[in-house]
Amino acid sequence: MAQIAVIAKENYPLYIRSTPMENELKFHYMVHTSLDVVDEKISAMGKALVDQRELYLGLLYPTEDYKVYGYVTNSKVKFVMVVDSSNTALRDNEIRSMFRKLHNSYTDVMCNPFYNPGDRIQSRAFDNMVTSMMIQVC
Amino acid sequence: METPAGGCCGSGPPLLLSEGEQQCYSELFARCAGAVSGAPGPGPPEAARVASGSATAAAGPVADLFRASQLPAETLHQITELCGAKRVGYFGPTQFYVALKLIAAAQSGLPVRIESIKCELPLPRFMMSKNDSEVRFGNSAELHGSKVPIPYLTTEKNSFKRMDDEEKQQETQSPTKSPLASPPSSPPHYQRVPLNHGYSKLRSGTEQMHPAPYEGRQPLVQSEVSSSGGPGAKPLRHQASLIRSFSVERELQDNNSSYPDEPWRITEEQREYYVNQFRSLQPDPSSFISGSVAKNFFTKSKLSIPELSYIWELSDADCDGALTLPEFCAAFHLIVARKNGYPLPEGLPPTLQPEYLQAAFPKPKWECALFDSYSESVPTNQQARELNRTEKTSVKDMTDFPVPTQDVTGDDKQVLKSTLNEVLPKDVPEDPVIPKDSNSLKARPRSRSYSSTSIEEAMKRGEDPPTPPPRPQKTHSRASSLDLNKVFQPSVPATKSGLLPPPPALPPRPCPSQGLANNSPQARSVLPLALSEQVSEAELPPQLNRAPSQAAESSPAKKDIPYSQPPSKPIRRKLRPESQPTESQEPSTAVGGPASGTSVKPHPTVQKQSSKQKKAIQTAIRKNKEANAVLARLNSELQQQLKEVHQERIALENQLEQLRPVTVL
Repeated sequence: MAQIAVIAKENYPLYIRSTPMENELKFHYMVHTSLDVVDEKISAMGKALVDQRELYLGLLYPTEDYKVYGYVTNSKVKFVMVVDSSNTALRDNEIRSMFRKLHNSYTDVMCNPFYNPGDRIQSRAFDNMVTSMMIQVC
Repeated sequence: METPAGGCCGSGPPLLLSEGEQQCYSELFARCAGAVSGAPGPGPPEAARVASGSATAAAGPVADLFRASQLPAETLHQITELCGAKRVGYFGPTQFYVALKLIAAAQSGLPVRIESIKCELPLPRFMMSKNDSEVRFGNSAELHGSKVPIPYLTTEKNSFKRMDDEEKQQETQSPTKSPLASPPSSPPHYQRVPLNHGYSKLRSGTEQMHPAPYEGRQPLVQSEVSSSGGPGAKPLRHQASLIRSFSVERELQDNNSSYPDEPWRITEEQREYYVNQFRSLQPDPSSFISGSVAKNFFTKSKLSIPELSYIWELSDADCDGALTLPEFCAAFHLIVARKNGYPLPEGLPPTLQPEYLQAAFPKPKWECALFDSYSESVPTNQQARELNRTEKTSVKDMTDFPVPTQDVTGDDKQVLKSTLNEVLPKDVPEDPVIPKDSNSLKARPRSRSYSSTSIEEAMKRGEDPPTPPPRPQKTHSRASSLDLNKVFQPSVPATKSGLLPPPPALPPRPCPSQGLANNSPQARSVLPLALSEQVSEAELPPQLNRAPSQAAESSPAKKDIPYSQPPSKPIRRKLRPESQPTESQEPSTAVGGPASGTSVKPHPTVQKQSSKQKKAIQTAIRKNKEANAVLARLNSELQQQLKEVHQERIALENQLEQLRPVTVL
């Protein structure tokens, strides 16, 4: 796992965490560009399919080094995951489950009355969960 | 963790212990070592030091001692690792002392780190099981350099005094040299460095011998302030067996232990205070405090928002955005601890877990009533004890403070239910829902919607206090009146203030209204009195011609309704077959009953009814016709209401449509 990012509805980041091995800026750019793809996928669904739209968007686009996966919630909060391409052992189901865990943890963060939606996520529980996920993948 | 890469030279700065600590540690060590090997001289520290240079604490007593510290197994594991016992391979005095110090730190709620032992720490507490060690512990007189183990129990004033005496003797010896310098165990040396800082501080203040915190239960503030230089922890090895024994013993001892100065354990007066605060926010102790309410409340504590956010994360175990009473107590306790300077724990301490709190402190309602006399300030021990006594007498065996059973929530739920049943029958429907919900949510089945609906249901039911459930029982006995019941239902809440809930609360409507409405027509048909009372209560009278008269009639006998209803039931049934032929003529219930019969008592009325059946029927016919007119009017009004409700529904649906997520960004 190279990076996990949580992006708000207005397309600003709520939470970004990368494995600190490489140039993080590059990852930030990748996440940013992936937002366009996310928007495209969402709009492609059309209004009629709002209910049926899957939260998991799947592989957004593969680069030679990395694969980018996306997931969007009903409140238009997006989760973006950048994974090393060399990590071939990672299957789609696992990615889905990881997104689900992310979503659950994000909901927990929202439940905290001291968290204002739109703030950066500073929850230790969320951090721990993300860390464990990244460790599990790498 | 300061794992020293080059853990060389035992000649590093020696582990500086205070005199008291020195004494305690050495005696503990001697006890542990002497228990098996009998080699080390347990006497004066220098002797112990000398002898302990080659002595190692045996596994058995060391394990016992660690177990007695009542720390979780993981913590003890950490301690044993940190003290270097693992690395060196045995429990030398160094490791032993460091471990003792770490135990003291852990018991004070500090993280198990080397840095923790830099600061002043109270004595580590070891709850020895009944055996002779307790006896020996409690004995102050014997302590002169003998093998008598140092009393670590709460009644430790004596020990401190004793240690004061010893101090003078040891002053020359203790400060610089500690047994730790001698053993070849190099790894622990890094520990000596930070320990030096801590202990130099400790040594300077002989006033650290204050036994203050160890008496009875005291608020956190006191315990923190008076944390004297407690003797360190004995480094103990043999973690595997130890840890197993730890977890077992710890569980056993947790039930019976009373460590008042353990920062994460809620004392009784603290508990009462928290319950009071809970009640000020939410009158029903078995219900939730919503997130926003709790946020406002906790913000008053002037802690920073991130810290409050973290505390919430820790305490809201089921992450439902609301706090039950145990969760609230845990959160409050954490806030109090934080304000007193304790660092927040990484995870929720076991003594603050909701299950533990619920098991330890069942919360009967009337018990809380006793607390209302309390001011906001934390009461003294004496008051607490007195209150506990009164609690216990008044609450019978509801409180289980001294020995919280570990039957956790099962018994507790029943306890709660039974107490609440006694006190507030109307809350019964809420209680089973809420405890069950909290427990199921704790398992985190991810059923958010479930939890929210349960809260809503509970809140909806909370809207119904004015209409007690018992009423509906009486109403169903009359088949003929059922139609009227349903007809009158909506109007009843409509007219009665507070009973007309907004559309979302529609479900509760039928119940109370049905009760009232059913009562009214039924009573009319059979018992003039009862009916009139019901009618007046339902405020239907205004809509009826006979309303004023009925109201007048009913008012005096209003109170008789509850009593009249049960006996009236069989009576009604008797009358039913009789009245059935007549009822065929009366589509609606015999409204004429009340008007004709102005009698006040239902019982004599009933008897007269049977005898005056025909008269009543005739009058009833007349009245029914009048009632018909009234009902027709009612009908139209209800139709109007129905239209309004429809419109509201449409409006809401529109809103919902608008609020749906827009797909185009």
